Amino acid sequence: MSDTLLEVRDLTRTFDMSKPWLNRVLERDGKQFLRAVDHVSFTIRKGETFALVGESGSGKSTIAKMVVGLLPSSSGEILFDGAPIGTGAGSSMRAMRSRFQMIFQSPFASLNPRWKVRDIVAEPLIAFDMVQNRQAQAARVAELLELVGLTASDGSKYPHEFSGGQRQRIAIARALSSNPEFIVCDEPTSALDVSVQAQILNLMRDLQDELGLTYLFISHDLSVVRHMANRIGVLYLGALVENAQARGLFEDPQHPYTQMLLDAVPDVDMTNREREEVIGEIPNPISPPDGCVFHPRCVKAFDRCRVEAPVMVATQYGEARCFAAENVRKAGS
Amino acid sequence: MSDHPLLSVKNLTVQFPSRGAMLTAVDNVSFDLARGEVLGLVGESGAGKSMTGAAIIGLIESPGRITGGSISLEGRRIDNLSSANMRQVRGRRIGMVFQDPLTSLNPLFTIAEQLVETIRVHLPVSAKEARERAIGLLNEVGIPAASQRIDDYPHQFSGGMRQRVVIALALAAEPELVIADEPTTALDVSVQAQIIDVLKKLCSERNASVILITHDMGVIAETADRVAVMYAGRLAEIGPVRSVIKDALHPYTKGLMGSIPSLTSTDDRLVQIPGSMPRLNNIPEGCAFNPRCNQVFARCTKERPELMHCGNREVSCWLYDENTSEVPA
Repeated sequence: MSDTLLEVRDLTRTFDMSKPWLNRVLERDGKQFLRAVDHVSFTIRKGETFALVGESGSGKSTIAKMVVGLLPSSSGEILFDGAPIGTGAGSSMRAMRSRFQMIFQSPFASLNPRWKVRDIVAEPLIAFDMVQNRQAQAARVAELLELVGLTASDGSKYPHEFSGGQRQRIAIARALSSNPEFIVCDEPTSALDVSVQAQILNLMRDLQDELGLTYLFISHDLSVVRHMANRIGVLYLGALVENAQARGLFEDPQHPYTQMLLDAVPDVDMTNREREEVIGEIPNPISPPDGCVFHPRCVKAFDRCRVEAPVMVATQYGEARCFAAENVRKAGS
Repeated sequence: MSDHPLLSVKNLTVQFPSRGAMLTAVDNVSFDLARGEVLGLVGESGAGKSMTGAAIIGLIESPGRITGGSISLEGRRIDNLSSANMRQVRGRRIGMVFQDPLTSLNPLFTIAEQLVETIRVHLPVSAKEARERAIGLLNEVGIPAASQRIDDYPHQFSGGMRQRVVIALALAAEPELVIADEPTTALDVSVQAQIIDVLKKLCSERNASVILITHDMGVIAETADRVAVMYAGRLAEIGPVRSVIKDALHPYTKGLMGSIPSLTSTDDRLVQIPGSMPRLNNIPEGCAFNPRCNQVFARCTKERPELMHCGNREVSCWLYDENTSEVPA
């Protein structure tokens, strides 16, 4: 269980947001860069679910795209089972590609409306030469559709004949068709109604138990993450601010941003738990604040936070990038 | 003050003609709203919650129309007003907050122009007074440096700040009722919490009633006094928010509550309701929920349940009818 399947080291991605050359010359502006992902490192072990949470613009989807090789990184390394991802094509990369798949947010955009479901599900099988003949292909597609709770006869329909939840099942069947070990799920249920979301989350957990899958689960919804993840990374402005075991993160969050996110979740259980008021909004990522990027919104901020950027320190359940957490640690030891 | 409730919706039905058939988007919906009360209207996509809000404010788009029932504001019907008369009600007596603040603000006008126009259409004040009022409103909704920012255009504000401006617009004419249709759905969770607080505070200060339309039970739990659960255009259950959330009666509400992942529960599996909500052209006979219900019995497939009293609530389910002798299998 403790074998590392995916290791991400110092992953960084910057986007050039500069105005066109002529405007820069006339307006005497320099180039502008947006650092969407800022030296992010984490590891995912075989069979576990690692979740990345954060608000819009925190870099979660950019990381997902880099992990599956849809977007090149600016610097840093991604190792899948010890081998680097995303460098060139080659036959070894092709073989590796069949071992990880992705499920996207909107099942309305991710399925080709002109293809029948059986062709959609079979595409990875054909792309990776995984079936010998048509009969084997049809049998495998039928098996996959039944695995995700549809019927074999649904294969002859088109995507528009299905509801949102059923379409997401089709997307899951397609992701499973190449027998992957690792699936990147980018907000797989945020386009779905809550009762359908429950069906999809339950299905994903069942499939994980049955097939021994490893998930990188990306979401903005902390209660969904709490339900799915073993470990959680919290992103703020492209950087990982806390990375901890799921239960510990919810019971005793170390970073003030994690605490703020938890406090902001509406209290559907009506427990009347005590909460801090949320202040401020995410700053402009093109010109992030000095020091700790979270300090303008932080209730615990002190002078050091305004000038110096904190580094990750070990905490009881993982690690956090915060001077306050560091002080607690020192006081305790 | 009269003894009428602020808003009374009786047997409201909204239909759309489609290929010769009539589709019923809102089906015989009735509820009252007291002054200062916050009513949550909750349901999944297509349940008819937004359509109910649009009917109250007179914004149902053709070819859809109200085909039955009545809507009364302080005892006077507003569903049959001429469009000129309805304009006096809309904005003045009923304010609106929509989901996407980018589409409800005009990108070509500054915030000042939009607020001042709204105030002057509805209230007899000079341009100068209106501007002062507008700055006061922006301060109240929590926009920093309001007296400078009022001359900015909507694109110069962030999403959360825009939604604050929309709330200021909705409250500009001191309405008695605010209809907020998914006011926080387009926002991040930390911004959502702030917007809910502002909306709640400002409406309670003015003793304005709110109809909060959302798919998010968490937002309802934080904000509403009472909640109405809609399913396939019908009301499934309506009652005090704590009772409905803690102890749901209708099997649909029970399933819905169980399917919400919670920050505190440690259950491994979420409760799931099989299937999905029927399309409007294919609503089953009897109770609309019967094909997905785990407590269904013969009567549910034949006879449609109407809202019936049960304790402090109303619920449309045959399980709670005294005359039901059958027991579910």
